[in-house]
Amino acid sequence: MSSETKQKRRPVIVQMESPNLIPERDLGQIPVLEAKHIGIDFGGLTAVDDFNIAMGRTEISGLIGPNGAGKTTIFNLLTNVYKPTRGTILVDGYDTAGMSITQVNKLGIARTFQNIRLFSQMTVAQNILVGFGNSMSTHLVTDMLRFPKHWKQEREYRDKAMDLLGIFDMQRFADTKAGNLPYGAQRRLEILRALATHPKVLLLDEPAAGMNPNETEELMDNILKIRDEFQIAILLIEHDMSLVMGVCEVVGVLNYGKIIAKGTPEEIQRDPKVIEAYLGKQGVK
Amino acid sequence: MEEDMATKGKPIISTGSPKGSKKRKTISTGKRYIINTVLTVLVIVIGQMMIDNGSISRYQGSVLEQVGIYIIMAVSLNIATGYLGQLPLGHAGFMSVGGYSCAIFIMRMMGPMHVTMYDFMTGTPATTLLFVCGLIFGGVCAAICGLIIGIPALRLKGDYLAIITLGFAEIIRVVMLNIDSVVGFQLTGGAKGLTGIPSYTNFTNTFVVVAISLFLIHTMMKSRHGRAILAIRDNEIAAEATGVNTTYYKTLAFVVSAFFAGVGGGLYAGCIGVMAPAKFGFMKSIEILVMVVLGGMGSMLGSVISATFLTILPEALRAFADYRMVVYAIVLILVMIFRPQGLLGDYDFSMGNFLEKIINGEFPWKKKQAEEVEADE
Repeated sequence: MSSETKQKRRPVIVQMESPNLIPERDLGQIPVLEAKHIGIDFGGLTAVDDFNIAMGRTEISGLIGPNGAGKTTIFNLLTNVYKPTRGTILVDGYDTAGMSITQVNKLGIARTFQNIRLFSQMTVAQNILVGFGNSMSTHLVTDMLRFPKHWKQEREYRDKAMDLLGIFDMQRFADTKAGNLPYGAQRRLEILRALATHPKVLLLDEPAAGMNPNETEELMDNILKIRDEFQIAILLIEHDMSLVMGVCEVVGVLNYGKIIAKGTPEEIQRDPKVIEAYLGKQGVK
Repeated sequence: MEEDMATKGKPIISTGSPKGSKKRKTISTGKRYIINTVLTVLVIVIGQMMIDNGSISRYQGSVLEQVGIYIIMAVSLNIATGYLGQLPLGHAGFMSVGGYSCAIFIMRMMGPMHVTMYDFMTGTPATTLLFVCGLIFGGVCAAICGLIIGIPALRLKGDYLAIITLGFAEIIRVVMLNIDSVVGFQLTGGAKGLTGIPSYTNFTNTFVVVAISLFLIHTMMKSRHGRAILAIRDNEIAAEATGVNTTYYKTLAFVVSAFFAGVGGGLYAGCIGVMAPAKFGFMKSIEILVMVVLGGMGSMLGSVISATFLTILPEALRAFADYRMVVYAIVLILVMIFRPQGLLGDYDFSMGNFLEKIINGEFPWKKKQAEEVEADE
């Protein structure tokens, strides 16, 4: 994909008075994911402080920052793996305080992990079917006694899983054990499994880690494809700048648990604070 | 580490669909069920015929019944260890709850239903009804215990879960020992045990129950519920993030495991004829756990084979009375050294797939080409 088409797909960002940015096309609606002043302390250490985000329905945003800046901690806060010490998180307008990770997922947040966490002993199709689990409705007894409804549903969702695998052209791996897949395919499978839970927001934790430039390029196309096809918002953490600058509409830069800059990729690239965070003070003239 | 062990020696990726271009013959699901049912019925009928004409002695027959019982015990424990990935050590507790409640239920209901001890020998519709209700009652009682212990215990993992379930099994044992003086009338018979249990089991009904239990456990594991349980074993955090209600499914697996342990206990009471709390100590739980580990955690066939083997082995070695425990131990040590993942690992046999390969001319004993990664059912 050439860089012009990417430019075209990127909508205009409008500055709002809140600390958050939202693409213009999503302005009329409530943000699908909103975090207000969230922070967490581990003992005396403030890992994340005063983090704000508001994501439009079909927005792709990026979160970058040096190692240990607190990016993954933010993902864990947004998915309720950690309970925030301060602040509120709203998913589609619902406060997630006190909810379990599963409930937050049902509200519409799905995620992938920095170190791949697949169900490695299960087949690829089964991995995706686990994601579909909450949309399947059969009762335990129906399943155990193999009523016709069970077979109908299994067939239906098997087909759906194959469709989903088709996005990354992975149907031929359907009956392979997930743990035996090549690395790149495992990362892709994790994204598909997250998509199977019908999320409204997809959180990708370093999706391009360990990928070569070609694969990263392909991933970029796929991220845009997923957004267009499923009409969901995507928030990603990434160290690969070509990916972040290529797909994200808004980029936030995190350092020592605080957002130090926020804006379009172009603005971020020019921001002296960002350059300082990455390269040190001497880089700034 | 574990993953490495399990995947070692297998081809990285099977070629998958290109093989399908040859137009592989398949066996439809309906036919598979018919084949399996016919085979199961055949085995049971042949077994019963051999018992009737005396080729299997009464003693061997009762050993076979115990084999069936331990198959249920091992497969039910496998739900919690192999599929859910936890380590409960209190399976004998559930077994005794099921055994006592089933035996007491049947003994108390014999009067009102006008069934005598001798009716169980010949078998009447009333005894069949009692048998089925008794086993279900035993299973439900054990499942309730499983629920009570499961909710607090499953918040813990690994060693802690093992200890709490171990403690729970001991509590059950002590309750069974002393409950008579608490309730004020004879219920379990205390230390001298519950005697006079009619022998309501025989080869046929034991193995019918075994077949039904295996079927139900299999179908549960091959459904969305089973997949959720396996997902928790493989990666709990990812399972939660993928929308699996981990608390619910852990408890479910534990309760189902306890239910079938109760059914197995019910059969055990009928088979042995005497229930005593001392039989359901720590060693019984360990014995069942050894069967699961030896067969391969997460493999139903493995549990079946090792339960059969480990029940028959001590009986077969009776002639060498003094040495049998030594041989038993040596067998276990050898298996753990040479096959730490258990006899079958997580391989599961599927008659349908096996026959499918035969009719397609891919004989499993001619393993020249790269073998495919097994898919079940």
